[in-house]
Amino acid sequence: MKTLEEINKIREEKRKELDLRVNTKADTREKHILVCHGTGCTSSKSVDILNNFRKIIKEKNIENVRVIQTGCFGLCAKGPIVIIRPEDVFYAMVKPTDCEEIVEKHIQNGEIVERLLCKDIDNKTVKKLDELTFYKKQMRIALKNCGMIDPENIDEYFAFDGYKALEKVLKTMTPDEVIKEISDSGLRGRGGAGFPTGKKWQFTKDAVGDQKYVVCNADEGDPGAFMDRSILEGDPHSVVEAMMIAGYAIGADKGYIYVRAEYPIAVQRFQTAIDSAREYGILGKNIWGTGFNFDLEVRLGAGAFVCGEETALLESIEGRRGQPRLKPPFPANAGLWGKPTLINNVETYANITKIILNGAKWYSSIGTEKSKGTKVFALGGNVVNVGLVEVPMGVTLREIVYDIGGGIPNGRDFKAAQTGGPSGGCIPKEHLDTPIEYESLKEIGSMMGSGGLIVMDDSKCMVNLAKFYLGFTVDESCGKCTPCRIGTKRMYEILEKITSGKGEEEDIENLEKLAVSIQKASVCGLGQSAPNPVLSTLRYFRDEYEEHVKEKKCRAGECKAMMKLVIDPELCKGCGLCKRNCPAGAISGEVTKPHKIDNEKCIKCGVCLNNCHFKAIKNG
Amino acid sequence: MEEKKCSGCDHNGVDPKLKEILEKYVQDKSNLIQILNEVQNYYGYVPSKAQSAISEYLNIPMAEIYGVITFYSRFTLKPKGKNHIAICLGTACFVKGSERILDRAKERLGIDVGETSKDGMFSLEATRCIGACGLAPVFTVNGEVYGKATVKMFDEVLDKIMKE
Repeated sequence: MKTLEEINKIREEKRKELDLRVNTKADTREKHILVCHGTGCTSSKSVDILNNFRKIIKEKNIENVRVIQTGCFGLCAKGPIVIIRPEDVFYAMVKPTDCEEIVEKHIQNGEIVERLLCKDIDNKTVKKLDELTFYKKQMRIALKNCGMIDPENIDEYFAFDGYKALEKVLKTMTPDEVIKEISDSGLRGRGGAGFPTGKKWQFTKDAVGDQKYVVCNADEGDPGAFMDRSILEGDPHSVVEAMMIAGYAIGADKGYIYVRAEYPIAVQRFQTAIDSAREYGILGKNIWGTGFNFDLEVRLGAGAFVCGEETALLESIEGRRGQPRLKPPFPANAGLWGKPTLINNVETYANITKIILNGAKWYSSIGTEKSKGTKVFALGGNVVNVGLVEVPMGVTLREIVYDIGGGIPNGRDFKAAQTGGPSGGCIPKEHLDTPIEYESLKEIGSMMGSGGLIVMDDSKCMVNLAKFYLGFTVDESCGKCTPCRIGTKRMYEILEKITSGKGEEEDIENLEKLAVSIQKASVCGLGQSAPNPVLSTLRYFRDEYEEHVKEKKCRAGECKAMMKLVIDPELCKGCGLCKRNCPAGAISGEVTKPHKIDNEKCIKCGVCLNNCHFKAIKNG
Repeated sequence: MEEKKCSGCDHNGVDPKLKEILEKYVQDKSNLIQILNEVQNYYGYVPSKAQSAISEYLNIPMAEIYGVITFYSRFTLKPKGKNHIAICLGTACFVKGSERILDRAKERLGIDVGETSKDGMFSLEATRCIGACGLAPVFTVNGEVYGKATVKMFDEVLDKIMKE
C-alpha cells in the first residue's frame, strides 16, 4: 500500500534516475543496456542476451551499468535489438555471443562495435535509433513507453507520467468531464470498425444497471497482426490505467481483459502489472481515499478467431463456446452476465491516458478530419523493414510501404497490400496514395482493421490469397448461422476448383453471388466481412481470376496444378542439376545440351525451378 | 512436451495435480475455460477423467464441457506426439512461403495437420500467427522457434530429431 504522496515521491526519484533513457546529454555516469523482450526478439534468444550481459557485467565487476528488458522497439526485422543509453546506440541482430564484445568495447572502452550497427535502406550505417528512416515518419503515442521502460517494473512506469492521468481524473474531473474529453478528442475504436469511443462510453454510462463492467478486447486474432500484443508486452500499465479511467467514467468497479492464450508473455506481463498495482493500492477498494473501487481480472482465450467479436468474447468470458449474440441489445446495455459492459480494444485504451494528460485539443490536432490520432500497424510480408509502426492518420500507404517499410525486397515489384486481415481487403498499386483513414480505406474496398498490414510482391497469386483467407474463415466460423457456416465453405470449394485448374466460367459469377448473400445474411461481423478478401481481389485482380478459369494459367506460379514447366534451350547449359534433383524422373537430356521436361511425368514440385543456376526453367 | 498420464485418477478419484489446478479456482462456471487451459498445458490434452472431475467441480454437464473443448482449437482430446511440430500459417508467414514447409512436413512425417504419428513420436499442427512475424516464415518444435525458415532448414531440424 502506498499513498499518493509516496507514489509521487517514487515518481520524482525514478524520473531523475531514468533521465538518461530520454536525454542523450543526461549528466550521469550510468549506462543502461536495453534488450528487447518482445515476442519477436525473444524468439531469437534475447533472453539469453540479457542473461549474458548480466553475467559478464557481474564477472567483470563493472559499476554503473544496468541491463533492462523492454518491450518492442518496432524494427522486428533487425532483431534481437540492443540499445545503449544515454548515447542511444542501436545494435541490430545481436547474438548471445556478441555480449562480451559489446561490454568490452562499448561499455569499458567507449568504442562503438561497428559490425553490429544497423544498415539503413540507403545502405548507410546508422548509429542511433532515431536516425533510421524507419522511425522518421512515425509518431509514437500508443507505443510511447514500448522499448523505453521495463514493463514489469511499475516504478519505471511512474517515471514517465504513469498513473498521473488516473490521479487527474479521480481528483479533478467528474465522469461526464472524462467522457467529454474522450469524445472531443475524436478517438475511434482501434479494433477495426472505428466506432467513436466517447459515444460508447456515454452509452454505457447512461445504461441502467446495478453492476457495470469494463472489458478489454485483447483477442488479437488477425493472423499477422501483433499491435495489441506489443502494447501489452511493452507497456501493460497504460492499459490497466485506462481501464480504471473508463471504470470511473461509466461507473464500473470490475474489469476483465480477454487475452489470447497464445500470447504467454503478454499474459504474464499484464498479470504482473495487475499484481503490482494491487500491491501499491492502485487497484482495490477506496483508491487513494477517493472512494473509487476497481479491480481487474485476466481471462484467457483458447484459440477461436470469432472471440474477437465483442459478443462472442463475452460468451467466452462467461465460460461458454464463443458464439456471437444477436445485436441489439448491444453490450452497452446488456453485456457480461446481462449487465451494461464497455468493450474497447487494447490500442484504444493505450491512447486514453495521453488524451487525459495532454487534452482533447492536442489529440484532435493529429490526424485527419474524421480520423484523429495515430494508428499502429504490424507491417509484414514482402517488405524490407518488417515490424511495428505507429503513424499519424492520413499518412499514405506509399509512405508506410516505401519510406518506413523500405520497399519490396529482392528487386521485386509491389503488387498489393492487405489490411484488415480475413475481414479486410487488398489494396492495389493504383491506390497506394490513399491516406490511412477509416472512411477512405472503406471506399477502396478494404478497411482499417485492427492493424495488420501485409505487403505482397508480384510473386503472389491473388486467387490463392483469397483462398487462404477463406480457408481461415471456414476454419474459424463458429457455426451458429448458416450463411457463414455453409456459404464460406462453398466459396472455398469454388476457389479450390479455380486454383486447381478446373474452373468454369460461371464460377466467378457464383462467387460474387454467394459473397453478397453471406455479407447480407450473417449474424456477426466475422460472417458479414468474410467475403471481403474475395470481393476486393475480384475488384482489382479480376483478370487473374479470368486467366485461371479461361487459360488455366497462374501468372505468379503459385497454383501448382496449373504449372507447366519448360526449359529455355537458349539459357540451359545442360549442367544436369535439374535432372539429378527431379524426384519424378521427368527431366531428360545429355550433359552440355539443353534438357527437356516431360509434363506428363512432372509432379510440379518446383525443385528444378528453385535450383536452376541459369534461370532457364520457366513456368509457361 | 513430456506426456503425463493421468495415473493418479483411479486412486482417490482425482489426480493430485488436477485437484491442485481445480482448487485454484472458485466453483464458478465462468472459470471453465481457465481450468481447461491449465489442464491442457499440464497433460498436453484434456483427458476424459479430467473432464469428469471438472464437470463435478463446476457442476457443468459433460456434454457442455465437450462442446467447449471441441469449439476452441487450443484444446485437444488426444495427446500430442513427443515432438510437437507447429508450422505458422499466419498471413505474414503464408506470404513468405510457409505452405511449402507445411507440405514438406506432411510428406516427411506421413501425417496430416492435427494428427499424431502411430509411434507417438510426432504430431503436426498448422498454427495461426505466433507473433514472430519479423522472422517469417517460422515453425516451432516443442515450443522452440525456428525463424526465416526454409524447406532445407526444416529437413535439417527433422533429421536431427530423428537421429536422437
